[in-house]
Amino acid sequence: MSWLTEGVRKLGAVGLFLLRVLGQSVLAMGRPRSIAMQIYNTGSRSLVIVMLSGLFLGMVLGLQLFDLLQRFGSTSALGEASALALIKELGPVITALLFAGRAGTALASEIGLMGATDQLAAMDMMAVDPVRHVVAPRFIGGLIALPLLTAIFDCIGIYGTQLVGVGMMGAESGTFWSQMQGAVGVHDVYEGIIKSLVFGALCSLIAVYEGFHAQATAEGVGLATTRTVVNSAVMILLFDYVLTAVFL
Amino acid sequence: MSTEPPVVRVQDLHYAIGGRPIFAGLSLQVRRGSITAVMGPSGTGKTTLLRLIMGQTRADSGQLSVFGEQVDRLSREQLYALRQRIGLLFQNGALLTDLSVFENVAFPVREHARLPESVLRELVLMKLQAVGLRGAATLMPSELSGGMARRVALARAIVMDPEVLIYDEPFVGLDPISMGVICRLIQSLNQTLGITSIVVSHDVHEIGMIAHYSYLLSGGKVVAEGTPEQLAGASGEVVHQFMSGSPDGPVPFHYPAGDYYQQLIERER
Repeated sequence: MSWLTEGVRKLGAVGLFLLRVLGQSVLAMGRPRSIAMQIYNTGSRSLVIVMLSGLFLGMVLGLQLFDLLQRFGSTSALGEASALALIKELGPVITALLFAGRAGTALASEIGLMGATDQLAAMDMMAVDPVRHVVAPRFIGGLIALPLLTAIFDCIGIYGTQLVGVGMMGAESGTFWSQMQGAVGVHDVYEGIIKSLVFGALCSLIAVYEGFHAQATAEGVGLATTRTVVNSAVMILLFDYVLTAVFL
Repeated sequence: MSTEPPVVRVQDLHYAIGGRPIFAGLSLQVRRGSITAVMGPSGTGKTTLLRLIMGQTRADSGQLSVFGEQVDRLSREQLYALRQRIGLLFQNGALLTDLSVFENVAFPVREHARLPESVLRELVLMKLQAVGLRGAATLMPSELSGGMARRVALARAIVMDPEVLIYDEPFVGLDPISMGVICRLIQSLNQTLGITSIVVSHDVHEIGMIAHYSYLLSGGKVVAEGTPEQLAGASGEVVHQFMSGSPDGPVPFHYPAGDYYQQLIERER
């Protein structure tokens, strides 16, 4: 049972840390420059990997879905199927997984190293709360950046599907776009946005928590980085199931 | 002896980490305007004492007051208000690596005061001039030597004009020139600004040159105290071993272990 009590203890610690971060985030909102810097750090620097992945995933969807739909003689549904798959499911999940691997690890190791080199302690000694100055802007930055990255991933993914499905496999272009327009409703887009917001909060929270509580050694920072990726991936998929069940 | 109440008063302090006692009835005090040295062999809890004084950790029992306030009874806000009156120089400088030298020194002012940029600039340049690094204002921490980083950290520690300045091992890893510079700075800041200084160190020679009063810690208690001259002449095996730098004595060279011969035999088997 020790793993259970340990799990509950850690969940409680993360919950308390989240409350502290949220409290300090209100104050950190007064420094938009610092938040903008973090959106750049976490968002812009993940842009290339997100765009490339979105394009390739869209292209694979174009191939697979066209092949599948052709068996049922309904290739006209390609636009609808790919857009719904991307906006509701693949976009938020894959972008969040990429975000955890690219930006989450960078956040955890940066904060972990700041702790190991006494920078966080120095702030605390200068009567500057490191949670307000270091953690909160990074948390808010991640929260804002992930939905934006997801939107870009979705758009490029749809373009990739169109590129292969219409351009190479021969699906009809007008049908592709009109079916998509007719089938995708605002509630589908909302579902994607809410998922990406939740995943953004999860990834950012896990990264800043692990970084902030990393042991002040090289091994400790490395472990924190690894835990960030592993925990983020598991939590993204768990919450994806929960949110999908709620929306259906 | 001055009748003014001490800036820091530690009375019968007990503190243990993981069941291992660090302090067992520690008592000392720091007089306003003095340079007080806290010395002792490695592992005697010198840095832990600083953490206790700054309220970063709490003692198990005993009293610890700074400016007459019981540190362990302060709320977070009160503690932060107290810390604004104290400057702390970290052993490694602890400069913020993403900020330039200028911005590192300006950091506490930007956080706690709303000063016009021109006034802030003058203030920061004045502090950098005091530590001899005005010319390094645009450099990043990664471009500084160890001694320079510590002087920048010193400029940052005094930028808010603290009443107390705490130095954690300020001489560790410095060349003789940098060591001399830091020594001179500690003295001049104490004399010109009237800052009360607490220096945690095990460099007997350097401390002897600048400290007005010294405490020697061992086994969780003060084993000797007085002016550098009094400390040099103090009796006691620990004092003698520490002041003369003997490798073996009451503070053993060997970490506690079983019989050496027996251990070798066991390995053979």
